[in-house]
Amino acid sequence: MDRTKQPKLVITFPTTTAAMAMEAACQAGQGRLIPIPREINGGCGLAWCAEPQLGDMLLQVMAENNISYQEKRIISLY
Amino acid sequence: MTDMIYFDNAATSLPKPPAVGHAVLEAINTFGGAGRGGHPAALAASRCLFQARKAVARLVGSAAGRTAFTANATDSLNIAIAGLLTREDHVITTVLEHNSVLRPLYKLRSQGMGLSIVGIDQKGNLDYDGFRRLLRPNSKAVVCTHASNLTGTITNLAFLADFCQENGLLLIVDASQTAGVFPIDADKLGIDVLCFTGHKGLLGPQGTGGLCIRQGLAVLPLKVGGSGLHSYDEIHPADMPEALEAGTANAHGIAGLLAGVEYILETGIDTIRNKELELAQCFRQGISAIPGVHIYGDPDSPHAPIVTMNIGSMDSSEAGDRLATLYNICVRTGAHCAPLAHLALGTREQGAVRFSFSSFNTEQEIQKGICAVAEIAAEWEQR
Repeated sequence: MDRTKQPKLVITFPTTTAAMAMEAACQAGQGRLIPIPREINGGCGLAWCAEPQLGDMLLQVMAENNISYQEKRIISLY
Repeated sequence: MTDMIYFDNAATSLPKPPAVGHAVLEAINTFGGAGRGGHPAALAASRCLFQARKAVARLVGSAAGRTAFTANATDSLNIAIAGLLTREDHVITTVLEHNSVLRPLYKLRSQGMGLSIVGIDQKGNLDYDGFRRLLRPNSKAVVCTHASNLTGTITNLAFLADFCQENGLLLIVDASQTAGVFPIDADKLGIDVLCFTGHKGLLGPQGTGGLCIRQGLAVLPLKVGGSGLHSYDEIHPADMPEALEAGTANAHGIAGLLAGVEYILETGIDTIRNKELELAQCFRQGISAIPGVHIYGDPDSPHAPIVTMNIGSMDSSEAGDRLATLYNICVRTGAHCAPLAHLALGTREQGAVRFSFSSFNTEQEIQKGICAVAEIAAEWEQR
């Protein structure tokens, strides 16, 4: 297992439903759902984690599918 | 005893499509908590809820993000009524309502809210002129059923939507008897809140239901608590649909509801409704000629697949018991949680015998039901 931190794009959502809509709208290789990292939110919930270079494309996906999001940040994650 | 014949689908539909039970079994053996983590079991439950929101929203003309799940229509109506209305308001409802509408309204009335109730004519049709007569300056909403659970009479939602729009009122609809059987386009029609249950026409398990909220309308939650989101906030998240879903969702049941709704979408709501209405019409015709049988409701008005009747002055409970014990036929008798409709029809003491059909009923079952009613009525006439 690779234990080196890598920069990742993390997007959070106002609802779990929006997070699930994101998963449904994305295709394989465009990211995955993860628990929200503590760097963003000390609580709980789901976030979308993807390679940073996919940012613009993912914004377009969210706009096309009317998915609202809360935060979009680059974070170093394992 | 012959095989059971089930004519109580207005209470709970039976049987369900086999996929419903399979889905519940699969869910109960594989699901974690929906919205409660990112591990595979939690995600499986969350995906199921999302798919179910989409399927229900597609069926009733709403959107997944505005479709919240509850335990049943009573739950949904309590949320909508308590979350939108105050003691300062005035509300118009009808005598056709189930107690799931009436009791939450009575509760608010006891706190000072104004409440007016539109009546019906002798055939059970709503007095639509009554809505205008009962309008007050502080009228806030119309809360009404899409179909009477007693007579099956369908409410003209297009009329009410126009009336509400013209007068700046909210329209809260109880679709317990119609969702999954009659086409509903909530957004297009202008319904502000559509409340549904999962265990009737949607063919899902008991303990499932929900409400679809119009875009931009904020409903104050009846319950707050665990949401899986923003745990350190003191205030429950306000974003739909989780705003109205405090506590772990019944994902096992909703898996079954999803299977039920998928069955409806695949089979076609028109196909299901036409079959049910044909069976109801066949039954209605069959019993209408039986001496002593009195049928409630206007046969010329649009109806849900419900036929409600009495035999002479026979206690409806006795009629239902005879149908059950002698013929293995399941019907609903008594007051049907619709006290004002019974008062209006003059059946408070006798109650009424309600036959309600599903697309899984057969013509053979209908004929057996007609014969059973004929025999019980003949016995009653000869007593």
